[in-house]
Amino acid sequence: MNQMTQAERSVQTETRDVKFECRDVQVWYGEKHALKDVGVDILDKTVTAFIGPSGCGKSTFLRCLNRMNDTIAAARVGGQMLLDGEDIYDPRVDPVQLRARVGMVFQKPNPFPKSIYDNVAYGPRIHGLAPTRADLDAVVEKSLRRAALWDDVKDRLGETGTSLSGGQQQRLCIARAIATSPEVLLMDEPCSALDPIATAQIEELIDELRDRYSVVIVTHSMQQAARVSQKTAFFHLGHLVEYASTDDIFTSPKDPRTESYITGRIG
Amino acid sequence: MSDPAQTAPRPRRSLLQTDAGTRRRNAAERRFRTYGAAAILTAMAALAVLMFTVFRDGASAFVQARATIPVVIAADVVDPQGNRDPAEMAKILTMSYSRLLDQALTREIARSGIQVGGLTQRDITGFLSAQARADLRRAVLADPSLVGQEIEWRMMTSSRVDAMLKGRITREMAARDARTSVAQYDLAMALRDRGVVRAGFNWRFITAPDGSDSRPEAAGLGVAILGSFYMMLIVLVLALPIGVAASIWLEEFAPKNRLTDVIEVNISNLAAVPSIVFGILGLAAFINFVGLPRSAPIVGGLVLTLMTLPTIIISTRAALKAVPPSIRDAALGVGASRMQTVFHHVLPLAMPGVLTGTILGLAQALGETAPLMLIGMVAFVTTYPSAPPQGLFDPASALPVQIYNWTQRADPAFFERASGAIIVLLAFLLAMNLIAIWLRRKFERRW
Repeated sequence: MNQMTQAERSVQTETRDVKFECRDVQVWYGEKHALKDVGVDILDKTVTAFIGPSGCGKSTFLRCLNRMNDTIAAARVGGQMLLDGEDIYDPRVDPVQLRARVGMVFQKPNPFPKSIYDNVAYGPRIHGLAPTRADLDAVVEKSLRRAALWDDVKDRLGETGTSLSGGQQQRLCIARAIATSPEVLLMDEPCSALDPIATAQIEELIDELRDRYSVVIVTHSMQQAARVSQKTAFFHLGHLVEYASTDDIFTSPKDPRTESYITGRIG
Repeated sequence: MSDPAQTAPRPRRSLLQTDAGTRRRNAAERRFRTYGAAAILTAMAALAVLMFTVFRDGASAFVQARATIPVVIAADVVDPQGNRDPAEMAKILTMSYSRLLDQALTREIARSGIQVGGLTQRDITGFLSAQARADLRRAVLADPSLVGQEIEWRMMTSSRVDAMLKGRITREMAARDARTSVAQYDLAMALRDRGVVRAGFNWRFITAPDGSDSRPEAAGLGVAILGSFYMMLIVLVLALPIGVAASIWLEEFAPKNRLTDVIEVNISNLAAVPSIVFGILGLAAFINFVGLPRSAPIVGGLVLTLMTLPTIIISTRAALKAVPPSIRDAALGVGASRMQTVFHHVLPLAMPGVLTGTILGLAQALGETAPLMLIGMVAFVTTYPSAPPQGLFDPASALPVQIYNWTQRADPAFFERASGAIIVLLAFLLAMNLIAIWLRRKFERRW
């Protein structure tokens, strides 16, 4: 599915700008210290994978990046997370504006029970990104094309999003997320509810999305991380253990914990 | 550490033979299913008996015997001044019209050659409803040109004659009853055979206001239906938005702390408060303190709103809870605000549950009697309330209170009316439940 070799891709990462600059990030769920001293620079136009055993904090960290943790009453976040140099946890920041710039795709495909068109058009509508109907049509088509779904659904945009197959639903969710022209796309195990063919399509799509967006993907599958990402971060028990180029993580890990995880001894 | 491979091998048993444990389990399962079926059958039987008795006793309330006889509106009786001035004619009371009707009936008996022994003047006067003279007087006052003419006049018979035609009073009973006689019974049968007295559908039962103790045949549900309708309007307009807003706040926005816990517990408690307590509250708060009028639909509506609110809040919160969190994530994830998330996505998905809860709450309020009695809706009201909003402050009755009221009266004809009113109330409840089902179907979305 992926024509480029690992080596070709890793070369390109060196020149990228830093999109997210995270320092000393802490997260507490009530009394539980779920994430400790995490510091990561997430690059633009790069796919960054977060791997690690269940409960290691990788999803928690992902949800901090667009402040989805705000919806959990018991969650507290500390440290610094800068998007293009601006602190996203600054009291002046409206999470609504942040989420328009940092889109999210969830583990389970969760299209709205509305038409395919309305699913994609929802974000641009509430953010006022497409003032006329023609603009909106253009945004919907562009987003669906970029999510590789346009040819499947162009004749049935009025049908409900939930009538699609699982893989198509997840691509619809990706189209919905990119319709607001975000700069960063967060994906929380986007393929875990999909069959291998749909997974392959999504992975291919992720690779194409790298042209325009900074993509952060949480995955349980190390093969997937190796296939789609250029940078990989390994989390363990709330700590960021190692963060390096994907090649280095999988070929010459520096931390023994990383090595035991990728060789299947922990996790 | 025991290795499962090391344990003793299980004795091989045939699958074709059920062992004792399985047999016991199957028997228990069969017993349980029988209990369930028996419970359903008991409930169905109780419902069937209830429906049967209500319809047996009440269906006849929708039919009324009426006599059609030519009546001479004698000018010397109704307009002694002879100037056709309605103001002057209004001084003539219904008693005089009664004479006209008695004469007309006597003439009709003579004309059709009916021979009934022992017919007294009292039997003649008591044959027609007391409402008939009032109706005739009203018709003449409205149209003075009728004076001096002979008109074909259709009028209600008295409730006892009506009961004779329906078979509720037999000839033997008529002989024993002091208020009627065998002669009146024979007259009723003879007039029926000649087609002078005929039974027809009783629209008046549904549209007319309540009638006095002495004329059950004139009593209708008009004021009660209007009063109940006004109250339902108030409950819908107040309880739905307040209830839904409260549920949304509690479910989607409220922080989880001691205060919201206390609020939650108290909403559940309010749902269990006896309705008569709400009546006392209404009496103290709305009538004695605010000074709203007694017997008015506005007070009844407010009391029923308070009573219905917990029901609506509980069902709305359940409906909101049932919306999968992934939908909220999806909306928040594309940058919708929490309010947009609720109003664009969560509430539309919860709508079937909200509407079902609301209509069931309304149905419960429609059948509520006790609180309305405390705020004076048991009053005897014979004038229709005017159109809203003014009419909300006019005295009115309510369907369940009217039923209660009629069961308290002596005349057995009121018992028939009470059962008939129960049928009307059940019809409204059924209609509301059907609307609830229809709305649920219409708004249901799958995800």
